[in-house]
Amino acid sequence: MQNKSNNPFLKVSTPAKRQETAFFWLFRIATYIIIAAAGYIFFDIAYKGVGVIFQLKAPFVNVPFLTEWPETLDIFKLPANQDMKMEVSQYARMTYENPKVNFVEKGTLEMVIFKSPEGVMKKVLPEQKEAFDADPISHGWSVLSERAVMQVFQLKEVSEIKIGNTLYRSLVDDNEGVPPLEHKTQVYAAGGIYPAIVGTVLLVVGSMIIALTLGVLCATYLSEYSRSGPIINFIRLSIMNLAGVPSIVFGMWGYAMFVLLFGWNVSLMAGWFTLAFMVLPIVITGSEESLRAVPQGFREGSLALGASKWQTIYKNVLPYALPGILTSSIMGIARIAGETAAIMFTASFVVRDELPWQVKHAGEFFFNGVMALPYHIFVVSARVPQNVYTEKSSMARHSSSWSSF
Amino acid sequence: MSNAPTAIEVENVDFYYGNSKALHDISLKIPKGLVTAFIGPSGCGKSTLLRCFNRMNDLIDGTSVKSGKIKIHGVDIYSKEVDVIELRKRVGMVFQKSNPFPKSIYENIVYGLRLQGINDKKMLDEVVEKSLRGAALWDEVKDRLDDYATGLSGGQMQRLCIARAIAVEPEIILMDEPCSALDPIATMKVEELIDELKKKYTIVIVTHNMQQAGRCSDFTAFYYLGKLIEFDRTEKIFTNPSKQQTEDYITGRFG
Ligand SMILES: Nc1ncnc2c1ncn2[C@@H]1O[C@H](COP(=O)(O)OP(=O)(O)OP(=O)(O)O)[C@@H](O)[C@H]1O
Ligand SMILES: [Mg+2]
Repeated sequence: MQNKSNNPFLKVSTPAKRQETAFFWLFRIATYIIIAAAGYIFFDIAYKGVGVIFQLKAPFVNVPFLTEWPETLDIFKLPANQDMKMEVSQYARMTYENPKVNFVEKGTLEMVIFKSPEGVMKKVLPEQKEAFDADPISHGWSVLSERAVMQVFQLKEVSEIKIGNTLYRSLVDDNEGVPPLEHKTQVYAAGGIYPAIVGTVLLVVGSMIIALTLGVLCATYLSEYSRSGPIINFIRLSIMNLAGVPSIVFGMWGYAMFVLLFGWNVSLMAGWFTLAFMVLPIVITGSEESLRAVPQGFREGSLALGASKWQTIYKNVLPYALPGILTSSIMGIARIAGETAAIMFTASFVVRDELPWQVKHAGEFFFNGVMALPYHIFVVSARVPQNVYTEKSSMARHSSSWSSF
Repeated sequence: MSNAPTAIEVENVDFYYGNSKALHDISLKIPKGLVTAFIGPSGCGKSTLLRCFNRMNDLIDGTSVKSGKIKIHGVDIYSKEVDVIELRKRVGMVFQKSNPFPKSIYENIVYGLRLQGINDKKMLDEVVEKSLRGAALWDEVKDRLDDYATGLSGGQMQRLCIARAIAVEPEIILMDEPCSALDPIATMKVEELIDELKKKYTIVIVTHNMQQAGRCSDFTAFYYLGKLIEFDRTEKIFTNPSKQQTEDYITGRFG
């Protein structure tokens, strides 16, 4: 038998030791829970996101999603065992976008496409061509294509189909006898996100330029020039506090200040400045830290050689602080890129029919709103049905968006 | 005490860090063209006084020379008309902790010249060679001038800093414990260098190494608790000091 008297190093359980073990496991479990949650979040985002952006066929990237404009999503049911037809390329897209639906292909068919002077299109079977041509309705119409290849298909069972509005319209046009059932719509939930990507990139780049310029100047002043004292400490504290202001407050402030007071309207400019002021605390705090990390010896050494303060900062301090400044501003970029609240009053449009640079005068580039990714997500997730207001812009895109497919 | 003309004249200087007094009524005349050593226990104000000579203390908030004057070549350097930049060009400094810039050896040496707008390649090359030879470093680095200065050994870095200081041709060189981080061989090289440099420059050196002060200085000033205790020829200080405190310190009985 071992006991304390013949082995002084024998392990014995005391309350202090049990407490030690308990705390160790508390810390460890908390850490593992966080790691598991973070791992799951990243896996989920990556798994689902990769499925949307990449595909197995060449070119391996979902080009339409990244290059097209958003359009209305049509959700409806089609009856089973009934012949329907659709242009081959459109049919391919519909099946690609509805992988769970059981389509049965029944061969192909050639049709003639007529086009009116107004751009309305009509497909007729070759045997009806003469008759349609002779009909007074088709006065002024021309033949766009002699033999458009159509896919004839059926559905095995009644199933729900989700396709973009352009596809939906041609499906309805080409199959007059087959009415879609339980038709619902969601605006901007189909098509691509191209203008939103463009808008977000513009917002991020512009506001980062403003924030970096102002932030680095301010941080340089605070850490290199100003003498420490109550006023400087107060300024620093105020800047820190700015970081804790909710972004919706920045949004409303930007709206009051830039949109209304300065009269910039909902515009890139208003968004740039609102976002810039929102990330300034991050940029200033990060820049100050990086400046402080530059050894004092670099400054003293430079000044002792007869450099002025600015020469010292420019030649011997800023270059070595720059990597740190840029790292801290990446945090800022992440914050801006995902920001909805700050731009919804100041910079973003639900939909805009032109790209930001498709303007008549250069000035309009700055004083027009843009679409942006986070706001687009917000709009799509609101599941607004199509109505007279949302239809207009969707129609405007109707002609151009499919030409590429 | 000496017939040499005065380079730096300190008259009754009181120096404050905020409210705490670091230097008490210091007066001394540092002779031109000679080496003067500052010795004394840690915290006695040697660096503080040295940094007054090129107004490096201006960088620290709340410091001031409350009373007294510091004159260099007869001009009060704390008067309003003095351009600090001009002053620092003439009064070079080598720091205790060697501080080469993270640039090439070449760029380190020409840093001061580029500041003055000198960019002529030929002239810069000449200055680099002259300064490096002057700092007894040329033979070791002549083939790697474009290498990073931070890759040099500690002793080489310190000599590089000396070369950098003499590249702008100052009149006075202040050295704050230049050998504190060096091994005996590197220390010896720097000491030989000081012997060489005193032909052209006035040198003030702070050191904790009694032998070093004895070997390479002509005059020695002993400070204690912010006060100048004794200032005299080095031989006199080391052989026959007039104050008991000086003798105690030199013989290692305190400090
Ligand atoms: N930046 C500063 N702020 C406040 N007090 C300081 C500062 N630098 C030095 N002191 C004080 O001034 C006094 C003199 O310091 P100094 O650095 O001149 O000593 P030193 O003689 O160089 O010492 P050492 O031999 O250790 O380098 C010390 O009491 C020190 O605490
Ligand atoms: Mg010191």
